[in-house]
Amino acid sequence: MPDTQALVNDFLNKLKKRKIEGSQATAKQTAELLRSVISQTRMPYTNQAAALIHSVKAVGERLIAANPVELAVGNVVRRVLHIVREEDLSLTTAAMAGLNLSAESDDEDDTDRDNHPALSAAAIAAASRSTLRPPSLQTLLEDVPDSAAVPHTSSSGGDSEGKSKSADKSSRSRKLKHDVIEAVNELIQDISTCHELIAEQAVEHIHQNEVILTLGSSRTVLEFLCAAKEKKRSFRVFVAEGAPRYQGHLLAKELVTRGLQTTLITDSAVFAMISRVNMVIVGAHAVMANGGVIAPVGLNMVALAAQKHAVPFVVLAGSHKLCPLYPHHPEVLLNELRSPSELLDFGEFSDCLDFGSGIGAPLLHVVNPTFDYVPPKLVSLFITDTGGHNPSYMYRLIADYYSADDLVLERRTTSGN
Amino acid sequence: MDARRMSRAVPRVRQVGFFTPNTPAKQPQPQSAAPCSESPPLSDSPASNSLSPVMIPPPRHLSDNLGGRTAAVPVPGRENSGELPTVGSYNPSESVLSLDSPPRSRIGDEELSEGAESSLGWYRRSDSAKFASSLPSGGFNLSTAKHPESVAAVEAKNPLPEQSEAQKEQASSSKPLKAKTTKAERRALQESQRAAKAASRAEANKSGTPGGAPSSKPMKQPPQKKDGPPVASSIAASERIGVDRSVEKERKKDLPPPRKQFDDESRGGRAKRRSVLNQPEARNRVELFRHLPPHKNGTQLPYLGSKFFELHEKHPAVYKVGLQYLAGDLSGGNARCIAMLQAFQEAIRDYSTPPEKTLTRDLTSKIGGFVSFLIECRPLSMSMGNAIRFLKSRIARLPLTLSESEAKTTLCSDIDRFINEKIVLADKVILRHAATKIRDGDVLLTYGSSCVVEMILLYAHELGKQFRVVVVNSHPMLEGQKLLRRLVVKGLSCTYTQLNAISYVMHKVTRVFLGASSIFSNGTVYSTVGTASVAMVAHAFRVPVLVCCEAYKFHERVQLDSICFNELGDPDAISKVPGRVDVNYLDNLTDKQKENLELLNLKYDATPSDYISVIVTDYGMIPPTSVPVIVRGYRKEYLLI
Repeated sequence: MPDTQALVNDFLNKLKKRKIEGSQATAKQTAELLRSVISQTRMPYTNQAAALIHSVKAVGERLIAANPVELAVGNVVRRVLHIVREEDLSLTTAAMAGLNLSAESDDEDDTDRDNHPALSAAAIAAASRSTLRPPSLQTLLEDVPDSAAVPHTSSSGGDSEGKSKSADKSSRSRKLKHDVIEAVNELIQDISTCHELIAEQAVEHIHQNEVILTLGSSRTVLEFLCAAKEKKRSFRVFVAEGAPRYQGHLLAKELVTRGLQTTLITDSAVFAMISRVNMVIVGAHAVMANGGVIAPVGLNMVALAAQKHAVPFVVLAGSHKLCPLYPHHPEVLLNELRSPSELLDFGEFSDCLDFGSGIGAPLLHVVNPTFDYVPPKLVSLFITDTGGHNPSYMYRLIADYYSADDLVLERRTTSGN
Repeated sequence: MDARRMSRAVPRVRQVGFFTPNTPAKQPQPQSAAPCSESPPLSDSPASNSLSPVMIPPPRHLSDNLGGRTAAVPVPGRENSGELPTVGSYNPSESVLSLDSPPRSRIGDEELSEGAESSLGWYRRSDSAKFASSLPSGGFNLSTAKHPESVAAVEAKNPLPEQSEAQKEQASSSKPLKAKTTKAERRALQESQRAAKAASRAEANKSGTPGGAPSSKPMKQPPQKKDGPPVASSIAASERIGVDRSVEKERKKDLPPPRKQFDDESRGGRAKRRSVLNQPEARNRVELFRHLPPHKNGTQLPYLGSKFFELHEKHPAVYKVGLQYLAGDLSGGNARCIAMLQAFQEAIRDYSTPPEKTLTRDLTSKIGGFVSFLIECRPLSMSMGNAIRFLKSRIARLPLTLSESEAKTTLCSDIDRFINEKIVLADKVILRHAATKIRDGDVLLTYGSSCVVEMILLYAHELGKQFRVVVVNSHPMLEGQKLLRRLVVKGLSCTYTQLNAISYVMHKVTRVFLGASSIFSNGTVYSTVGTASVAMVAHAFRVPVLVCCEAYKFHERVQLDSICFNELGDPDAISKVPGRVDVNYLDNLTDKQKENLELLNLKYDATPSDYISVIVTDYGMIPPTSVPVIVRGYRKEYLLI
């Protein structure tokens, strides 16, 4: 698979050099890359899902390491892993219907590999049911062992591979890969259309004569506002310019081009203006499992001001931005410092920058972080492609997209690295 | 506490029947017997007033206590307070001064004589305002000390309405002409009107009615109203009102008159007519801020130059300062205020009273004209408003006995004293106070560039304290970078960042030092835009916020938001980012795009008082809730010296 390797390396380079801007683009490209990785993966006879998972993980780890701050990469890798598991599981359950009896014996063969108690076919079926279907009262009652069973889905997947030394195996293996690629395609589709899904909800949130404030530039926000505009709502937008990148200028330009009344304000005027604003709508870089937001720098300030004036603070986020991790000290650990040249002219300050004091350290430091962490208590609402959610609900939403296994495994392997 | 009670007591004492030229306080004092001979105004320092709980020796008694010292007087007191940088606002030495001279001591025989004398002085002053040269001063009012009150009370109401009528009249008469007449014609018309008015005034004066409208009460500048007339009227009014109503009246006087807004129609028309500068058309105006005058920038300089010779009576020094405001060369509340006062000083030196006029009246109107010109160039800051108020009250209080040259020297030294005490010395006191709050290992954050904060940082550095400074800046402002450079050159270790990253740096910060353009009496800090955000984030991170501000910048206005009153900066400054050629998204907009796009460049914002931990001022360190107390004491102090 030389071509995949080349693709991976190319993408790695881009990530490392921060050539890819925006989590959507990153997510999409990651998904595309993983799709090609999957299609290139040679499928062994046994344990096909594990092989797929292994190869995806191997690439995924490198991608994540290349830009650990771009959480969308990790999110997509996890999503793809989840897809593989799910597809595998659904195939298994399909097979299970026919192979109910042989399952038990095969199970025992493989259990030594992962020291789990043997699973009955009923338990596997229950587990698969519970992951595939929304939880119903029946499954809840039925599945007391469910909590134990869910983490074992991978092993049960492996089991099913092992046991299926039957005639339909080759067709099944091809089917797995095919299904996974299908699903990844769907994921890519989702990522690229999440704007529209979010924008569709605009009319539910923007009323006539509303005054909206946003900071920096986000394509999601742009589409959201334009969708409301197309529905003949007339409203006014304050755009804070979002130093040091001044993407707000770009957004303001886009908005006026589409005929929206736009006022460009400086970031410093946010507090002054927010008392006249009805709603703050911003994009996010990533949404953490606790409902906290990693957002362009400056948004924590805006969120605090909004809270002070009881202005709703709404975050728009596509599902690829939902990160299953809980943040620890995210202001520093999930942040990235950009070049000081964006703030200070090197020409003017070069003498100060290497102005050595007695200890040899420069007297002047320049801090230019990229992201801010907005704690969940400052967020009023998340609007994702699946609808609006409270910050406190994000953990549950995230559980729909990721399997708990990947969460843990990913961590183990990254820490192992 | 004592001091406060005393101030209450004053009106009661007065009610006993002594002549009370002014409401509670110290109207007669400037003329009080002792200092009268030896340049009275100098003897009492504006810094000395017992009324505020943060003790300042009362001016009236300075002469008693300190033997009528001149300009240097306040300095010892100040030095004292500086040398014992008491953390609190209470300064024993000062309080002693204030205590041993309670107003009650005034009740006595001397009060009688003083009353008579002061009434003379007072009367002269008032008549200088109204009766001009026509009445033989003194003769009329010395006979009964109380008469003037009633007469004056009537009078007090007159001048302003009259004046505004006159203005209206003029406005209406010249408005229709505006379009058709040439400039020369208009001027001729104006001149004739003025002459006619002067004549009628002279007549009115002769007949003894208080008719004379303050002739040239600057018709120029409506916003100026805030600073000019209120003072004059309040002084005039309070001087005449009967004792019983004085308290009530004073309370009313406390209310700052509503500011004329830019969108006020009567104002708008007048302003446009007499504006020295081209008013940029309502291009790109932000809907929410139509009540504020648009920014004027240096590109109008040529136009201004062409109008130079029409700017009658503009003193070159004032003109220069105005241009500096316009071009943005002068910025910072203190710098602007000092430059303005010095320009006025020069103008006063070169001033000579025209025949048929009195110095007090004519000079006040002159100053009014200067001020309106300066406002044309850039809206006044609160501190400048206060300084102008001070100057006008000084002019109004000039004893008529002074010759012109004496009066001029007095005024000039008053101005010097104001600059020295209220700004220079106040800053020194502030730095000593603030330096006590800086410890080794601190990380201090400052926003923008405030000269007081800069002095504090340098002072603490000189004291050998080890700390780090975080300089925060935000886009259209470049002052932060200049401050950064000055600090680094002085050897302070600094961190530089921009406002958006404030949450990132705030974790490490232990103190936030902010400057202020003004502090309102509800504790709101009116300061460079962005200050509120910094204070808010600091508050959220539980970092103490110290606002450093001289007391002369305190103002009795109240304000809740940053929109009702503000100043607009150059909107075009937003679309360009110096040093960043890549930010050019707004360069080539079509007309249709421009139609929808508004650029807003606010200059100030209002920080709610709950974000402020302490205000460091020349009276000590006070909580924001104590601002009205200072404002109250301060107003009396500088109006009444």
